Amino acid sequence: MLFLQAIQWILDPEHWSEVNFQAGIAEELGDHLWLSFLAVVFTAAVALPIGLYIGHTGRGRGFAIVVANVVRAVPTLGLLSVLLLVSLTIPPAVFVFVLLGVPPLLAGAYAGLEAIDRQTIDASRAMGMTEWQILRRVELPLAAPLILGGLRGATLQIIASVTLVSNFGINSLGDFILGGLAANDYVQMTAGAILVTVLALLVDGLLAVLQRFATPRGVPRGRGASTARVRRLPVPNRAPVSEGN
Amino acid sequence: MSWVWSHLDLIWSSTLAHVALCVPAIVLGFAVSVPLGYWASRSAGARGVLLTLGNILYTIPGIALVVLVPVVLGLPILNPVNVTIALLVYAVAIMVRSAADAFASVSADVRGSARAQGFSGPQLFWRVELPLAGPVLLAGVRVVSVSTISLATVAALVGIPSLGGFFTDGFQRSFLTEIITGLVAVLLLAAVFDVAIGLIGRALMPWNRRQRLSSAAAASFTIPVPQTGGR
Amino acid sequence: MSITRRGALGAAAVAAALTLGLAGCANSNTIGGGSSSSPASSGGATASGDAKSIVVGSANFGENEILGYIYGGALADKGYSVSYKPAIGARAAYLPALQNGEINLVPEYAGSLLSYLDKSANAKSGDAVKSGIDAKIGTLNAKALDFAEAADSDSLNVTASFAKEKGLTSIADLAKAGTVTLAANPEFATRPDGVKGLQSVYGLKNIKFKAINDGGGPTTLKALVSNQVQVADIYSTTPSIKQNKLVTLTDPKNLFASQQVVPIVSTSKATSDLESIVNGVSAKLTTADLLDLNTKASGSDKPDYQALAKAWLSEKGF
Repeated sequence: MLFLQAIQWILDPEHWSEVNFQAGIAEELGDHLWLSFLAVVFTAAVALPIGLYIGHTGRGRGFAIVVANVVRAVPTLGLLSVLLLVSLTIPPAVFVFVLLGVPPLLAGAYAGLEAIDRQTIDASRAMGMTEWQILRRVELPLAAPLILGGLRGATLQIIASVTLVSNFGINSLGDFILGGLAANDYVQMTAGAILVTVLALLVDGLLAVLQRFATPRGVPRGRGASTARVRRLPVPNRAPVSEGN
Repeated sequence: MSWVWSHLDLIWSSTLAHVALCVPAIVLGFAVSVPLGYWASRSAGARGVLLTLGNILYTIPGIALVVLVPVVLGLPILNPVNVTIALLVYAVAIMVRSAADAFASVSADVRGSARAQGFSGPQLFWRVELPLAGPVLLAGVRVVSVSTISLATVAALVGIPSLGGFFTDGFQRSFLTEIITGLVAVLLLAAVFDVAIGLIGRALMPWNRRQRLSSAAAASFTIPVPQTGGR
Repeated sequence: MSITRRGALGAAAVAAALTLGLAGCANSNTIGGGSSSSPASSGGATASGDAKSIVVGSANFGENEILGYIYGGALADKGYSVSYKPAIGARAAYLPALQNGEINLVPEYAGSLLSYLDKSANAKSGDAVKSGIDAKIGTLNAKALDFAEAADSDSLNVTASFAKEKGLTSIADLAKAGTVTLAANPEFATRPDGVKGLQSVYGLKNIKFKAINDGGGPTTLKALVSNQVQVADIYSTTPSIKQNKLVTLTDPKNLFASQQVVPIVSTSKATSDLESIVNGVSAKLTTADLLDLNTKASGSDKPDYQALAKAWLSEKGF
């Protein structure tokens, strides 16, 4: 019932332009996406090179694991409080969400390369490929599904968490949730939650399609891609959502 | 710094409140996820449904879930159980996936030979599959524990005591020391839980002891959709 | 052999996990129940058993928390067993908690309370507000005690330069300021004496709203000073208004009603003994006290709210 009312709330065209004298769904959605997009781009800029370096050389693995685990424990609300107290602008907020996105993408990049059969790499080396060529022409394509899997994890995480910036006066879909909380309006609050969830799942679906295209022919999409060496470790999943298909 | 020393009792009571929110969520999350994960590892259909459901639940923003739990379940508004239930939902959303992976990592050959030795279904589960899945389950619990502890800070947004109270109060008073105290306390608590869970795992799985420490950590590192807290 | 051993351990693991889980559940009711100064009554809705045990709640901003500790402290001195649920949230969160007995006493502000209880209320004078509240507060299973002299109203503030540029002295002048963005707590969007009141009472159609959830605190101030918003709702007893030379717009049409502090208490707890203690506190509470408490609270040494409350009580001879 609450759920249906919330859907109605979302479908009401007036709410797209203005909600209680504040930015409507369209504007909040745009701001939410823009902040998420910035965070994902910077996440990729940080996590991909590091992850590929670790995966290719096998160096720095332990260090990355420790860093990722510590980062994972940092409460977003706390870090946002600190940084936005210092400067109430977009860049510190983006920084917080980059921190949030780095562990999954780093894991995806690094595990993607690790999962490649060593014989494949050795064969490429025997063919006279340089390390750079091996990375670009062999490892990257083979690891692409897992890397994109990591990117999906990071994106999902970021879109869901950006909600919190509303507590500090920055626009996001979280405004509907906090506004609903303050006014005891559970319908609006549920609507806000649904909007965030649907947005996250839509973006995730898009990336899933991309992931499908990125999988080279001949590379199985299932977990069989991993070698015996890493088989006992769970490998980041390439398709958290589309898995039902 | 002097603020910290003069507020040790408050820090301690907030930490206890925080632990009380998290521990039931982590433990029950584990207890619920193991059978579900086992089911998912046995049936592709179940896997698809459970993991998709987990994904959807996971994308619900934390504040919304904390607020809506009492509305949907008809519980009192200021009851800490609301937060615990919300944390439980996230814990299961993360843990089912790693439990499914854990049981899937038990090779069919091992199961087949256990069957051949005359193990019944329950015997097979308790004596072969669960112990073999143990290390990966352990890694999953570690991720759940860390993310639950950091996520529980959102309780502060709905007036339920937790370490998150230092964030909201410190922010309102523009008092950096207080916020940073809360941050450090959360990180320390997460570290203590991680070590404790590691020790419990060692005690229960002595055969896993010699495995390099980092490989358990590596497993937790590569758990899909890894979660950080705070939404 | 080794397989059997593993099996037993696996079973033990699950059993241990389950016991721990149950123990954890039981704990969460007691430990997490609130930051209580006495061991009694932290179990949420069940707290209403003993008339001498009181759960004091408060809204999520400093002044209200201090007021909660002041009233609670006075009761604790007289032998009540008092526990606190501070910083619950907005009015729409803590009043339902009062209604269902999770908290028993909360310091309120008369005008805002009335407009929460009665959306169509337009009483402005103290007496009219009082009778308006008395008529409706039964729905919260609660009773309003005496008003304090102390008042802390909403006030709309602009920076001195913006006031000069647009020639603003009163809220009505905002009409000539073009589209302006106003920052306040999220509930200002839906409160009858919030943006809606600006429209209906002052006819202002040029107000955009931006929710900032800090009760007119540092973020709101920062947003105002950096011109991210042009108008900010800051409680009148907040020291930052003076410190930043903000211009408080006058309210000639009395949009913001009399905001005297009024403690409200669950009917089941409202014994004459409790009422006389609480009224005794309210009788000594002045607006100057509020400004003083807020100035101290936001000062550089960041004293505890509870300590501030204690100091006020002993200074006033309680």
